[in-house]
Amino acid sequence: MLSAPCCDDRRMCVCPGPRRIGIPVRTSSLPLFSDAMPAPTQLFFPLIRNCELSRIYGTACYCHHKHLCCSPTYIPQNRLRYTPHPAYATFCRPRENWWQYTQGRRYASTPQKFYLTPPQVNSILKANEYSFKVPEFDGKNVSSILGFDSNQLPANAPIEDRRSAATCLQTRGMLLGVFDGHAGCACSQAVSERLFYYIAVSLLPHETLLEIENAVESGRALLPILQWHKHPNDYFSKEASKLYFNSLRTYWQELIDLNTGESADIDVKEALINAFKRLDNDISLEAQVGDPNSFLNYLVLRVAFSGATACVAHVDGVDLHVANTGDSRAMLGVQEEDGSWSAVTLSNDHNAQNERELERLKLEHPKNEAKSVVKQDRLLGLLMPFRAFGDVKFKWSIDLQKRVIESGPDQLNDNEYTKFIPPNYHTPPYLTAEPEVTYHRLRPQDKFLVLATDGLWETMHRQDVVRIVGEYLTGMHQQQPIAVGGYKVTLGQMHGLLTERRAKMSSVFEDQNAATHLIRHAVGNNEFGAVDHERLSKMLSLPEELARMYRDDITIIVVQFNSHVVGAYQNQEQ
Amino acid sequence: MPVFCQLCWSAIVDADGRIYIRNWQGGILSGGFEKNPKPIFTEGKNQLEIQNLREDWDHFEPLLSSLLRRMPVLETLEILKLVNCPETFTPDMKCIMGESPVVQGYFVLAGMNSAGLSLGGGAGKFLAEWMVYGYPTENVWELDLQRFGALQSSRTFLRHRVMEVMPLMYDLKVPRWDFQTGRQLRTSPLYDRLDAQGARWMEKHGFERPKYFVPPNKDLLALEQSKTFYKPDWFDIVESEVKCCKEAVCVIDMSSFTKFEITSTGDQALESLQYLFSNDLDVPVGHIVHTGMLNECGGYENDCSIARLNKRSFFMISPTDQQVHCWAWLNKYMPKDSSLLLEDVTWKYTALNLIGPRAVDVLSELSYAPMTPDHFPTLFCKEMSVGYANGIRVMSMTHTGEPGFMLYIPIEYALHVYNEVMSVGQKYGIRNAGYYALRSLRIEKFFAFWGQDLNTLTTPLECGGESRVKLEKGIDFIGRNALLQQKQNGVYKRLAMFILDDHDTDLDLWPWWGEPIYRNGKYAGKTTSSAYSYTLDRHVCLGYVHNFSEDNGEEQVVTADFINRGEYEIDIAGHRFQAKAKLYPVTSFFTHKRRKDDVELSDFHGK
Repeated sequence: MLSAPCCDDRRMCVCPGPRRIGIPVRTSSLPLFSDAMPAPTQLFFPLIRNCELSRIYGTACYCHHKHLCCSPTYIPQNRLRYTPHPAYATFCRPRENWWQYTQGRRYASTPQKFYLTPPQVNSILKANEYSFKVPEFDGKNVSSILGFDSNQLPANAPIEDRRSAATCLQTRGMLLGVFDGHAGCACSQAVSERLFYYIAVSLLPHETLLEIENAVESGRALLPILQWHKHPNDYFSKEASKLYFNSLRTYWQELIDLNTGESADIDVKEALINAFKRLDNDISLEAQVGDPNSFLNYLVLRVAFSGATACVAHVDGVDLHVANTGDSRAMLGVQEEDGSWSAVTLSNDHNAQNERELERLKLEHPKNEAKSVVKQDRLLGLLMPFRAFGDVKFKWSIDLQKRVIESGPDQLNDNEYTKFIPPNYHTPPYLTAEPEVTYHRLRPQDKFLVLATDGLWETMHRQDVVRIVGEYLTGMHQQQPIAVGGYKVTLGQMHGLLTERRAKMSSVFEDQNAATHLIRHAVGNNEFGAVDHERLSKMLSLPEELARMYRDDITIIVVQFNSHVVGAYQNQEQ
Repeated sequence: MPVFCQLCWSAIVDADGRIYIRNWQGGILSGGFEKNPKPIFTEGKNQLEIQNLREDWDHFEPLLSSLLRRMPVLETLEILKLVNCPETFTPDMKCIMGESPVVQGYFVLAGMNSAGLSLGGGAGKFLAEWMVYGYPTENVWELDLQRFGALQSSRTFLRHRVMEVMPLMYDLKVPRWDFQTGRQLRTSPLYDRLDAQGARWMEKHGFERPKYFVPPNKDLLALEQSKTFYKPDWFDIVESEVKCCKEAVCVIDMSSFTKFEITSTGDQALESLQYLFSNDLDVPVGHIVHTGMLNECGGYENDCSIARLNKRSFFMISPTDQQVHCWAWLNKYMPKDSSLLLEDVTWKYTALNLIGPRAVDVLSELSYAPMTPDHFPTLFCKEMSVGYANGIRVMSMTHTGEPGFMLYIPIEYALHVYNEVMSVGQKYGIRNAGYYALRSLRIEKFFAFWGQDLNTLTTPLECGGESRVKLEKGIDFIGRNALLQQKQNGVYKRLAMFILDDHDTDLDLWPWWGEPIYRNGKYAGKTTSSAYSYTLDRHVCLGYVHNFSEDNGEEQVVTADFINRGEYEIDIAGHRFQAKAKLYPVTSFFTHKRRKDDVELSDFHGK
């Protein structure tokens, strides 16, 4: 939420003054559970940031007492290694911080005393899981998609990631997308509700658009455009639906007016780009115009001032389009002839690691800004993704920003973040929502597509992601039964073989959902790439305030393709 | 394997590892009962496919692991063959044998639960006796095909239940264990109400029955932790339920009882019942008669209560698991007469048992009718209105020897009557109770139950049921000759009640059933059921005392005197506890009437 004065989001560190610290903590690099140290001390290490320090004194103090009795020589080492010097003074004066002490006590005991049982771990991991199987007709599935599994694991409270999945009803194809919000969840929520409608409308032929417009005009029942596949936790905002609908209607009215009369084939790529740009434009306009309803007025402003990246896949038969804005990623799982798995990246990250993006930004702005436009791998030194929805702070002119904020509600005015103008802000816009669209023609060896926010990609290598999902999806069928017939096998050899096979299976058995399985690995993998229950349990029992230090929100959609249908398409055309 | 040559004929069972190991043609044969069995017949396999199942090593892996853990040397041995063959299992882990309830003369012996080799000899013997003489020489009710009905033959039920049963082969089997699968099949209309009030359930013949009610503030142990041979965690709960039955009033849902109605146009119903049952059923309308349904040998085929609803129709209540057996028996012996109608009305009535001294108050308040013993003597049945509901069969009996009433309620009124009873009963301290309380009450009052204490080989004379037999009712009922002879010669076993003296309820293992009884240090029989009596603060066991001859072990006549003069011990898991034997319930032991009975009994044994 925007109201947080010191925002915890590591993509966006805009807190002015001495508080401004941007440590891009990489979860995987933390010595989180190395055996040499007692667990609680390790847990506090990444906490050492100014705004959190007071809490740590209390907690560290508690640990100190706790361990003093067993290994007194041990503690100074720990402290020296991990606690900055100024902390030491406070450390010695626990009485002044007695309330923090008690607060910290509760803190420390959480990870120390309670381990989650496997069923508890499962209930956390499975809380948001959702599976959809494309229904079969006459025992045959004619869609190139078998179904999809999706799940998300929050680190922020509330979670800032969103996901959407829907089947287009007036055109063919299915839309799936993950959205990673920053500076709150308002923008990602709005995009997750609205983007697919914009895409679907962009894909509609002229006649259908006319039909829909006539229906609205005469108050008749509307043709349904999308069939959503939603987890009960995925909500739509009721209050804004009218506003959103009106903007959408304006869009299709313009599409109708623009029609030249030739019923040319609609280009999916163009439709995707138009939809993205149009929605971002509408978000920006709605915030500038405002709304007489004060709740809605605040809502549209929150949407515009927060941001979201989007990674959307459109699957229609063998045609797969991926539209990406930001640093979420779409990865195709390909099974080679020898059964091994390889990953094909279908999207480019729009961040400082992408040379072409750096190049684009430099070209779009005057030469004298070349050094300031990207600083410390962040846009204007602040924002990690280089493309995003919302984020009008990076799009509007300074005048416009000031005008909107001043006329806006008090909540907005009181918010330090919204008032803060990015440094070196000379030639806006610096940010765009225009997606990069990748086309891929599905082949029978393309077994699945993983759409996930950066929370996953920063903890796991894409190759591991694809291997784990691949083995999960096919593992059960792939393991041929063993038969001894004719060979000389000893009981010992057989036992070794069987134990190996079982180890592979056991982690697969626990999950019915590929996305859950992936999250289990992403959060619980030890250095050997196997799920470690203790680690999983610790990671999941982190208190809300700490979770974000160790991991980002993770949202995953795993789309499984129907190789038979894909193969049949291929044969038809040959 | 040198080790194995020495053990040539023995088999090793590792119950924890779920495996057995035995010698096989000089090699080793090892198999086991895995935790995750695979039911197969439901996939429509035919016999031929069953013979040709493929080897499934992954499925065998846990068993192989425990084999190698037990005998690490085997690692170097070469595998000859993995045989994957299906076994048959039954819903209660006991085989099925006996005559089909629907096709006379069609005998079954099947479902050996993979113990066919070891049980084959005995099972064959009993089945042969059954076919030739009409009954086996041992009580085999537990194996009788008729303990099951069509309700246990649904594919899904069997599929789920056998998956639970098979791993139990090598699991510790604790007393009062309830199956977890195939549940909530038959339920009373009050099931949800009772469940919401903390009922814990047991299942009999597919019917859910409340065991006890867990108060809201109390936590019981988890299922796995509750397994015990000692004092169970429900002890206090049942105690408070029993206390409430003794001092106030409790309501127990007993809808599972099998209920038949026998009606005729003339006297055919009475005539055939007089022939089938040992007690005199020619009683005034409204009377209830406890009676046995005996076989030719005088043994109990069923023990039931029959109420005479009017001149020509009778209402018969029998134990839950009698639904198939009793139906088959009645059909076999009743004349094929279209004017005689036998109807199974089990599903038509919900039965509520109001037990306790204040049951009278609750019921009279609900019916605006006096319910005192003067107006409503015991063993009486009246159709009356309770609350708004009319036509409720109220019977002054409780199956426990405590004061109270059974209400047989047409199911559509069940919820109404229950709600009324509970709300009116509130001021009398009414509460729900379950079968464990009932069991404690009936055993301390020496009420023998069919299926536990009574079976086809025990006669009324052997269990103090003389009063339920009218030898001179003028009809040569089934089993009369055997009883006459027994009366003449005396009985060879006698059901007695044992009160454990030096047993520490908290620390000692509990008696459950099947404990050996020692008389003057000599084995004299086994207990058939037991319960803790909260009134006596002692454990009470019921069991048969035999009189085995010192010389040749032959059974001799057992007299009341023989029982009374013995010193008894009950052996619980190797520890003997002193016990007092009683032939009549403790509380009424010294009343005049009972004493007279006692004298009579010793009289006729003395003749």
